[in-house]
Amino acid sequence: MSRFLLRIAPLVLLGILWELAPRVGVINPDALPPFSAVAEAWWRLLIGGDLVTNGISSLINLAWGLGLGIVVGIAAGVLMAWYPAVDAAVSPLMKSLYPMPKSALIPVMILWFGLGAGSKIASIFMGCLLPVVLSSYNGARGVEQTLIWSALGLGASRRRVLWEVVVPGALPEIMAGIRNALAISFILLVSSEFLVGNRGLGYLISFLGDGGVYDAMFAGVLTVSAIGFFADRLYLLIMHRALQWRE
Amino acid sequence: MTTGIAFREVRHTYRPPRGKPVLALDGVSLEVKDREFVALLGPSGCGKSTLLYLLGGFIPVESGAIEVHGKTIAGPGPDRGIVFQNFALFPWKTVRQNILYGLEKQGVPKAEREKRAQEFVELVHLKGFEDSYPSQLSGGMKQRVAIARTLAVEPEILLMDEPFGALDAQTRSLMHEELLAIMRRAPKTVVFVTHDVREAVYLADRVAVMSARPGRIKEIVDTKFAKAGSDILTTPEFAQKVEHLWQLVRAEAIRAQEQNA
Repeated sequence: MSRFLLRIAPLVLLGILWELAPRVGVINPDALPPFSAVAEAWWRLLIGGDLVTNGISSLINLAWGLGLGIVVGIAAGVLMAWYPAVDAAVSPLMKSLYPMPKSALIPVMILWFGLGAGSKIASIFMGCLLPVVLSSYNGARGVEQTLIWSALGLGASRRRVLWEVVVPGALPEIMAGIRNALAISFILLVSSEFLVGNRGLGYLISFLGDGGVYDAMFAGVLTVSAIGFFADRLYLLIMHRALQWRE
Repeated sequence: MTTGIAFREVRHTYRPPRGKPVLALDGVSLEVKDREFVALLGPSGCGKSTLLYLLGGFIPVESGAIEVHGKTIAGPGPDRGIVFQNFALFPWKTVRQNILYGLEKQGVPKAEREKRAQEFVELVHLKGFEDSYPSQLSGGMKQRVAIARTLAVEPEILLMDEPFGALDAQTRSLMHEELLAIMRRAPKTVVFVTHDVREAVYLADRVAVMSARPGRIKEIVDTKFAKAGSDILTTPEFAQKVEHLWQLVRAEAIRAQEQNA
């Protein structure tokens, strides 16, 4: 209990400072509206429906981009590790993409996939792909040879071994890679919605900011942060469940 | 009539991803009779494990031939079950699921394979641990699961790659007795790789001593005397065999050390 208090104390303190600083005039209330004003604005956005419609729109794009990134990433990474020919063909492409900041691709994706959901999904996909590919590749390469041989010796075909031994053997690394991808997906979601479009939480934040409704804008920022935080917590829970056998 | 296993002039070159190729095995010829327990004894790096992996079909035979019942082997097969030093259990599967895996691959019907898995759990004294994951087991228990998993598909030939090398001395000698007991109940052809002289003499009917790299069969020693349990460990005959083999291995171990220096 006291540990919990210790952990929550800085957050409470931050909230109090946030409330007081603009009120006593240390900070211009236009630049940082008091916490209570932000909370009120958040409530208005919630009952007005703006938060829900834009939130759902964002989460759908996120799910598509991240989901595609995970599926394609695992397949690419595992196949690269398993078939030297695939490795030779795909790995130069991956290596050249690696150092590129993925947000630089957003304008390209807009050019190719338009102003709607397509360019957002594509941007998120591009950002999520590499961490998943790399972790799947390393995970699959790290599966012990004797595990693969054991399965072959027990009568499994090579294809079966790929799905029944290599993929589960790589799972701890794959799941760590997906966690990185999850964090990256939120960055790309919000930044791609900032740029263009007429829906989504990123759009809502930039629209409110442009209109000078700063308390509501902060409410939008807090919402995205909270969704990101809880998505990560939920993912950790799933991950520990799935990797229970490791203890 | 060709029975058992025959290695014929097997040569193998190990090609590391970087660096020069190394001749690992140089013309190994050896015959193992059906239901015979043969130990391959040699210093580390002599290629004894490589020989076992070639027999398992995990590495392709490039020069020479390996035959099982007169047929040249081509790839791994459930007729040759293998047990590794590092256990090689599927860590995401429970004890029962590990043992079931091979039975599923062999297409054994569900009811039958559940029954057989339970039999093998009991054979290796792991009743009560069916739903444990390997990470929850001790080294000796893990190796017993691995042995059960391999035996469950009823291979004719059992390949063992220093299976007790990672265990402490007490566990190891208990495992020796268990293995002999299992083999008495259901005899199999066994090829057992080890660098432990006493282990080889205690378990095997014949011990093939291998030379330092490139590995060859240096001498084959008959060690099939009355194996009536751990009592033989104190007999003069046992001591004599151990001493004789130790002299052979010692010379090769010194050579192997000089190679690596």
